[in-house]
Amino acid sequence: MKAMLTGFAALIVIGVGAWYGLSQAGFSSQQVYSGANVRLD
Amino acid sequence: MLRFFAAFFAVLLMLLPLHAGAQSTDTAAPAIDRTATGGAQTLDDILRRQAQIKMDDSFRSDNTGGTSVPPPNGAPLGTSSDSDVWRALRYNKADVRISTANPVGTVLMQDGGMKWYEFREGPLTHYGSWLLLGTMAALIVFYLLRGRIRIDEDMTGRTVTRFQFFERFSHWLLAGSFILLGVTGLLTLLGRLYIAPYLGKDVNATLLTASKFIHNNVSWAFMLGLILVFFLWVWHNIPNRLDLVWFSQAGGIIGKKHPPAKKFNAGQKIIFWSVILLGGSISISGLSLLFPFELPLFAASFHHLNDLGVPGWFGMAPLPTELTPQNEMQLAQLWHAIVAFVLMAIIIAHIYIGSVGMEGAFDAMGTGEVDEAWAHQHHSIWLDEVKAKKGAPPAE
Repeated sequence: MKAMLTGFAALIVIGVGAWYGLSQAGFSSQQVYSGANVRLD
Repeated sequence: MLRFFAAFFAVLLMLLPLHAGAQSTDTAAPAIDRTATGGAQTLDDILRRQAQIKMDDSFRSDNTGGTSVPPPNGAPLGTSSDSDVWRALRYNKADVRISTANPVGTVLMQDGGMKWYEFREGPLTHYGSWLLLGTMAALIVFYLLRGRIRIDEDMTGRTVTRFQFFERFSHWLLAGSFILLGVTGLLTLLGRLYIAPYLGKDVNATLLTASKFIHNNVSWAFMLGLILVFFLWVWHNIPNRLDLVWFSQAGGIIGKKHPPAKKFNAGQKIIFWSVILLGGSISISGLSLLFPFELPLFAASFHHLNDLGVPGWFGMAPLPTELTPQNEMQLAQLWHAIVAFVLMAIIIAHIYIGSVGMEGAFDAMGTGEVDEAWAHQHHSIWLDEVKAKKGAPPAE
């Protein structure tokens, strides 16, 4: 069962990492669709 | 396996008309004599449109003012009229210039939205729900008729390692993420229909927000798990002659025979390739949805299918190859959901046979250790191979 729990833990770590990484990399919808004439904040 | 691939391909092709039907407007329609109206709309056109019959509307879509030279001083005569401009906008032929960050804004009108919405709320939701409920009902009936598949021989008390730690880790990474993605995907698709009327819109909105967050971010774990599982097990899932024996004996699921098998039997190979191919397709359409308008898939795919003449095999007109970015997203969402429903139904059956359906099956992915009696009954050739490696005598 250790493998199962490790898999689930990795799932959470990857998910949080993806959320943080993509936000930091400027891939949020807000940043993608903002421009010189359009602000979504 | 060949039969499986043929069936899979046929199903894949059968799904294409749904997409074409969702937004196709350029299919062939009988020519209408418009000389009486000087090429303009006729009563027949109006009646056909009201009856939702496909019609050749090139008399409107092409009538956008042409290349006439604008008169000096901006005088209106002799150039594009308001009607021309609106038709050009309607058929996405106008030279629209925008100051927003994304070129998607150049499409001011597109009529795929309503068809997408109707298909999403109608056939997709309806048939998808029944597919999952029908699969569960069929498994319950099967369980009542067949019961749990027991181990015929007495347990030996000796175990063999069926799956190593990293194999089980990869399986559970994929399985856990798929279940989360399935549940959150269903909440996103069906929440308005099944949750909002009973628990309220606020509850549904909260669930939707959470579902979107989980679905978007857990998708990466699913894709990683899919890649790991592919490389770990692809070698063991190459079809071979033993699969025919397995099929001829219905895999031992029906009846009392237990066909010989290596590490994976033909049924497990079907599961494996379903997960890889359908999961891969879901991942690609999911990436297209994760990065809106960045990864259009369908215009190019339809172009290739048209070149191969695939629509003609089914008596269909060529698939549309000029899709607006919004059309691309609508098709990606529908394809994502359709393939996901099929894979969910398959995985429900997989979960059944790996838990309540077969005695001893869960141990293989739980602790990784299975009793030799179980291994002999379900994977006799694999057991002999494992024993030969250890130098132990093969099982009787």
